[in-house]
Amino acid sequence: MKKAAARRSGGRADRRKMVQLLELAHARSGDKGDTANVGLIALKPQYYPILVKLVTAARVARHFKGMITGPVERFELPNLRALNFLLHGALDGGGTISLKTDAQGKVFSTALLRLEIELPR
Amino acid sequence: MTPARAPGAVRIAAGQGFWGDWLEAPYRQVTGGPVDYLMMDYLAEVTMSILQKQKSRDPSLGYAKDFVPLMERILPIVAERGIKVTANAGGVNPRACAQAVADVARRLKLGGRLRIGVVTGDDLLGRLDGLLARGHELRNLDTGRPLSDVRDRVVAANAYLGAWPVVDALRRGADIVITGRVTDTGLTLAPMIHAFDWPADAWDLLAAGTVAGHTIECGAQCSGGNCLVDWERIPDLANVGYPIVAARPDGTFEITKHPGTGGRISVAGVTEQLVYEMGDPAAYITPDCIADFTTIRLEQAGKDRVRVSGVRGRPATDKLKVSVAYFYGHKAVGTLVYGWPDAYKKARAADRVLRQRLADLGLAFEAIHTEFVGADATHGRLALEDVVVDDLPEVQLRIGVRSPDKPAVERFTREIAPLILNGPPSVTGFAGGRPKPEEIVAYWPALLDKSMVEPCVEMVEV
Repeated sequence: MKKAAARRSGGRADRRKMVQLLELAHARSGDKGDTANVGLIALKPQYYPILVKLVTAARVARHFKGMITGPVERFELPNLRALNFLLHGALDGGGTISLKTDAQGKVFSTALLRLEIELPR
Repeated sequence: MTPARAPGAVRIAAGQGFWGDWLEAPYRQVTGGPVDYLMMDYLAEVTMSILQKQKSRDPSLGYAKDFVPLMERILPIVAERGIKVTANAGGVNPRACAQAVADVARRLKLGGRLRIGVVTGDDLLGRLDGLLARGHELRNLDTGRPLSDVRDRVVAANAYLGAWPVVDALRRGADIVITGRVTDTGLTLAPMIHAFDWPADAWDLLAAGTVAGHTIECGAQCSGGNCLVDWERIPDLANVGYPIVAARPDGTFEITKHPGTGGRISVAGVTEQLVYEMGDPAAYITPDCIADFTTIRLEQAGKDRVRVSGVRGRPATDKLKVSVAYFYGHKAVGTLVYGWPDAYKKARAADRVLRQRLADLGLAFEAIHTEFVGADATHGRLALEDVVVDDLPEVQLRIGVRSPDKPAVERFTREIAPLILNGPPSVTGFAGGRPKPEEIVAYWPALLDKSMVEPCVEMVEV
């Protein structure tokens, strides 16, 4: 069993309501130079305020710690129930310079969806 | 359902989302139902440097060569149906591209029936020293460094032109508009400006057309391709329908596709495309306007039909973005596959051995990058936290190096194969042979005063 799934199914002792973003949102990512962008989109309208509150730039920066060299910026698109994150220094120089498989940041989207957040009661 | 043509509406079909996109798409777009325009986007950030290199070897090249046979296939249809084409396939040699298309059209006996508009003026390579001498520093938008740092290594420099020169060509009767570095969005916005006679300061309308362009510029990526939401139930991707914008004079539009095609056009899928490659959503800057993506309203107007409205825009800036390509150095990437048991451990051991040998050889690299494909290549430590790596049936060791020093990179490429016999066991997957060193041509984004760039439109009669 995957470790995350094991954590989610939780022991009786674990009473926190941890949810992986995959269950609340979908996402698409792309690149601009050495910056990856991740658009995070609520799967249901009622999830958007949860994303706004809990998926902060700081939380995302912690999630990607060691994987990106620069800061994280966040922008809100309430009209699309989406957040846009810019992950600076994510792509080993980006474009043609990068040695990464994901030189264009295409799957940073699903890497963000691995994030687990604690749902409000 | 046929794309509806409300009174005064114009239908713009996306045919290519990048150079290398599905060759069947343009043909399907012009034959699968009624459309007024076919838009084809060919140019990515690095494409111009590849084309500039081809042109330096042969002055008759430097454009997207695939465009010509593709046009050969659809020209009789577009001529018959009066479909107009906008494409930035001209690369760094739009005139040669237009000439090649004109030759094909004449062979198809379409002489006297087609006019080709050619948009140039984006190519700044020959003007760089003059611009630098006049104080235009072309500082790197990411690093702040002046272009003079790398001037002697520049291989291409192009300003991003907007929709207006394409509009000019359409107004002069062009059936096919072939451009150099025109923005992806400009190729879709231009037909709307032309069809609806939008004024140059109608910022909300120009922003709406820009949003339409952004939505379809990556082809099927807004109609079910690369779509994460509900991906397993998106129907018939083998037969995916590329998107069509049905635009109205008031700036509202619908995204749809031809009947009987696969894929899906949904609010969720279109939203994924809207946030793709997004920076500050309130300021999507193009040469034509600043579009505010936080004003977009989407609604599902029917099956495979999304209505877009509410888009607001602001005045364009007085700058144009310039993409400079410059020679950066060399790189190579080698791979080997390790099998169960202990596949991940073996691959890690091989990485250590290889790195030790590179160090012992005294080779200098700007970067050595190792990934274990099947374990951490795309999600890094986040993946390793979520999976039991000891059980993996196989892992690909993928190691890359980058250096200004070509011999160091070449020597690296000879250090992969020996590991098959003198490294950790259960190794395979080397049939491709020694990795090939590649030249790195890197991208240098900058801004330039708009007044320094003069777009030019020429007509070629077929």
